[in-house]
Parts: sequence; structure tokens; C-alpha cells
Amino acid sequence: MSDALLEIRKLSLQFHTYQGVVRALEEVDLTLGHSEILGLVGESGCGKSVMARSVLRLNPEPPARVSQGEILFKGQDLLTLQPRGLREIRGRDISMIFQEPMSSLNPVYTIGNQMQEVITLHQRVSTAAARGIAVDMLRQVNMPDPEQCLAKYPHELSGGMRQRVMIAMELSCKPDLLIADEPTTALDVTVQGQVLTILADVARRMGTSVLFISHDLGVVAQLCDRVSVMYAGRIVETGPVERIFANPLHPYTKGLLRAVPSLEDDKKALQVIPGNVPRLINPPSGCRFHPRCPSRFGPCDRVVPGLTEVEANHHVACHLYGT
Amino acid sequence: MWDRFRREHEWQIRELGFTIKLLTRNPSAVAGFTIIALMVLLAVFATSLTRYNPIHISLKERLSQPSLTHLFGTDELGRDILSRIMYGARISLRIGALVVLIAGGCGSIIGAVCGYVGRQLDNVVMRILDVILSFPPLVLALALAAALGPNLNNAIFAVAFVMIPKFARLVRGEALAVKERQFVSAARAAGARPLWIVTHHILPNCLSSVIVLGTLVLGEAILIAASLSFIGLGAQPPTPEWGAMVSVGRKFLLHQWWYATFPGLFILVTVIGFNIFGDALRDVLDPRIRR
Repeated sequence: MSDALLEIRKLSLQFHTYQGVVRALEEVDLTLGHSEILGLVGESGCGKSVMARSVLRLNPEPPARVSQGEILFKGQDLLTLQPRGLREIRGRDISMIFQEPMSSLNPVYTIGNQMQEVITLHQRVSTAAARGIAVDMLRQVNMPDPEQCLAKYPHELSGGMRQRVMIAMELSCKPDLLIADEPTTALDVTVQGQVLTILADVARRMGTSVLFISHDLGVVAQLCDRVSVMYAGRIVETGPVERIFANPLHPYTKGLLRAVPSLEDDKKALQVIPGNVPRLINPPSGCRFHPRCPSRFGPCDRVVPGLTEVEANHHVACHLYGT
Repeated sequence: MWDRFRREHEWQIRELGFTIKLLTRNPSAVAGFTIIALMVLLAVFATSLTRYNPIHISLKERLSQPSLTHLFGTDELGRDILSRIMYGARISLRIGALVVLIAGGCGSIIGAVCGYVGRQLDNVVMRILDVILSFPPLVLALALAAALGPNLNNAIFAVAFVMIPKFARLVRGEALAVKERQFVSAARAAGARPLWIVTHHILPNCLSSVIVLGTLVLGEAILIAASLSFIGLGAQPPTPEWGAMVSVGRKFLLHQWWYATFPGLFILVTVIGFNIFGDALRDVLDPRIRR
């Protein structure tokens, strides 16, 4: 797949702490095509956010250190870029939306101020033109009364509105890739729906690819083209969204899907995956999921399973399938 | 030209107007501002407000009581104390303002850079500041002023130098907290330079505490400068300086109460004025409780 927009190959990243080396990412492979929305799902603490931040190299180094792999964006390895080149990519080609809209905006500036700052950082436009772009972007995310909104401070807006401002701001430089790190986790469910619809709409209209990180499978099903499932720093399954939901292969994916409460069948007790995500200082040998896996057998605790293509574009890393 | 400025900075102008409106509604801001304004007016119009020359010696009238001719009395050389206080306001306010500007400016930049960059730079600079902090401020200022030579400008520099760690430590602490906030990550993700982040995200978020500390330091600076003047390292006689006047007047306190009392009162009132105004300013500028 040479036409991919973003291609992450065998990326491993560790945090060097006093307690030991935390292996947060192990040989992660991820591809994202043009105008594609890829969902990255997994439990808390499995490395989703680290993954997202590592694309823009936002993890503090040290303690974080990339030990191998490459992150190819339009064929260019982001890991070898000098700070200057990296800054040019950040915000202009790749931008990022964070978890908490409450603290993503600087409380001492007005919305307009901050949007103009980001716009003029990457585009050679006058303040007035930047203002025009800001108003236009706010209109695109259905912000009521965008002109008024520019003069407001972040604390005057609700969480949903702030996240819409963030979406408008991050898309204002027309990036090719938007990384959305659980953008709606802090919002309540009704607002969540609105914000996600807006995000997907605007992204599709502008042809922006989105790396969408979430632990909410419902949201991912509704929004994404493809899904990658992550467990304890590894990708365990990746494929088109319909296939993953119709025919989950990895025991972990199956467990995740079973753990979604269903509205039709409220008599049945919710099924959970026993145990927790292992501590990554000393991860389990072999397949990292084997201590919690209901269908583990022979090689699971010894051999690390590689990603194999089981059906078209549907890859899974499990000894149950293939080698 | 002006029209264009007004159009482009419409919000800023509106915000400034709103700030002023809030300040006028805040009683302590009004009180503090009135005091500061009075002092500034005294300093600016000293020449036209009094008919006495502050350094004119008239031994015939030495140590005379407050009366209609000399409202605050005279000192041991017969100089009019009221006019000396008015001229002294020029010196004390200048000391206070300069010290706060120099120390606040340098200290905030040092603190913000150290807090944001962290690691070795932070360690080294903070230990150097610890050395400065380990001296009693007056003693260090005294040594510095003595080494530089006794005059007012050196005294101002010495006091400012002693005050730098206060600002640097405060801002560093705030910067450590601010840099973990998500908007700093967001700014980095948007491609902002470290310098831009420090000047546009870290420093503005520390500003409200710097203003409050500034008003406190302003009072302290006036006092330390006065102490330096007293031992001959600050303002040189016959310059009328409030602190120097109090120091000299102390000798006469038992019999000529007015000599030390009036300059002392002016120091007190000025410091209080700056303090309550700074406090009110912080409240008004805080965007979280602004509206």
C-alpha cells in the first residue's frame, strides 16, 4: 500500500521510568488511506493515546523513546525530522484534537484570538482574513452565531461548543490528517452524538483523513471506515468496520463486543473480559492477551503471534488463525 | 490609520473598556486607584503645589511644629516636610516602579523559561536563585549597593536584583502547572515554537499572580530602598526620600513627632494603595470570575 497517507511500520516505544522500562507500544503497524476514517479501539491503558501522540512526537522525550519503526507520512519518515520540519507538519498537515475540551483552550485568550493564532501560524494571511476563515470554520461546525463566539472566552462556552471550536480550529488549516484522541469522552451522550456527526461531516467534506481513537465501539461502528483493535501496546486485529463487527476474529475483539450492553436483551447479564490490562513494565510473554484469553492453547504463552490476513483486508494477530 | 487600528483590535478595545467598567464597580479598586493617583499627582505637580524648595535650609525655623505655614512642620534644618514629601513621592514611586519592572520582567522570563524547559537548565538556575534567596534581602541589597557605589540608581538595581528570585520562583511554579495543561499540548500539536508557547501561553497565564506579587514587592522595594538611603547607600542628602526622612526623623520622635510620622504615613498609605489595587486588579482580570 504505497498510496497510504500515513503508514506506521513496526513502531515500538518505551517509557524509561525509575521502576523500569514500560513497553507502551510494540511493533505497531497501522495504515491510513486518503480521506479515510480509521478507528483505534481498546481498553484504558492499552496505549491508544501514546500511539496518537507519537505520530506528532508529542510524548515527552525522555522518558519516552522510540526504539524501532518508522512513521511514514506521505512517504516521509516523521521520526527523522528536525524540530523545524516537524513544526511545519504539525498543525498544517497533521493536527490533533484532545480528550478534554475543558482544558484544550487557553483560558486567557478569546476564541477568536486563539483561532487566528493557529491560522496565521501556518497560512500567510492578514488578521482580518484569518478572522474570516475562523468565522467560516465555526459556521461549518454549526456554531450558532460565529461572530459572537469569536469574542468569547473558553469558559463562556459549554463542553460541546468548546470541542466544536477545537474541531473548527484544527481543521482551519485544512490538514490532510486529523488525530482525534477520544474527542467526546468528556461530553454527555447527546452532545457526543452531535459533535461526532459534525466531525465526520466536516472531515468528509474537506477530504481529511481521521485517526479516531475511542473506547466506545458504538461510536466507532457508526463513524469509521476501518477499525484497528489495540491491546497492551499491540495491534491485535484490523479490518473494515463491517467485517470486524460482523465477524470478529481475535478473542479480545469478541470479548469487547460482548461487553457492549444491548438494548434488546436486558435480561442477560453483561459479559465482561476477566482481569485487567497487564502492566506494561513486565508484559506477559507470547501473546499479551493470553492470561485473559478464554481460548488459549499451546503456543500462546511462548510465541508472539504476527498479524496475518485471514480474509480480504482483515488482519488478525492470533494463533487460532494461520501460523 | 486609527480607524484601521480600531477595526483590527475591536475586541481588545472592548475588553479594555469592560475591564475599566468592572474596576469602577469594585470599591477597593477605586480606593487603591485613588491613593495611587493622588501620589502620582503629588509627584507630578510637586513644583506647583508647594511654594517651598525641598532642599532650602532655614535654620531659624528648624523643627517647628505643624502650623498653617508649614502644614507638616519642618525638619532639623528647617526644611518644609510637606514639600519634601511631595518631592519624595517622585523618588519613591520611581524606585518602586523600576524595581517591579526590572525584577518582575527578568524574574518572570527566567521563571517561565526554566519551568517550561525544565531538566538541567531549571536545576542550575534555580540553585543559583536559591543562593540569592538564602541572603536576607536587605543585607544582600546593602552589599550590592555598597559594591556598586552609593547612588540611587545603583540602589534601585540592587533592590531589583534581590527581588528577581521572588518572581522567578513564583512564575516557575505556575509554569510547571500551566505546561501540563492541554492547551500547551494543543499548541505544540499546532506547530508552535517553544518561545511562542512561553510568551503566549505560559506567561499570560502567570500574569495575574505576577501583578499581585508586584504590588507587594513594590511596597517592600520602597522600604528596602529607604533603608539603603538611611545608611547612606541610596538617595544621597539632600535628596528628599521618604525612607531616609523616617530614618533621620526617628532620632527626633520623642519630641518632634511630626518629623518621622508624616513620611512614614505616606509610605504606609502608598503601599496599602498599591496592595489593594493589585488585589482588585487580579480579581477583575481573572477570566474565570470575570463574567
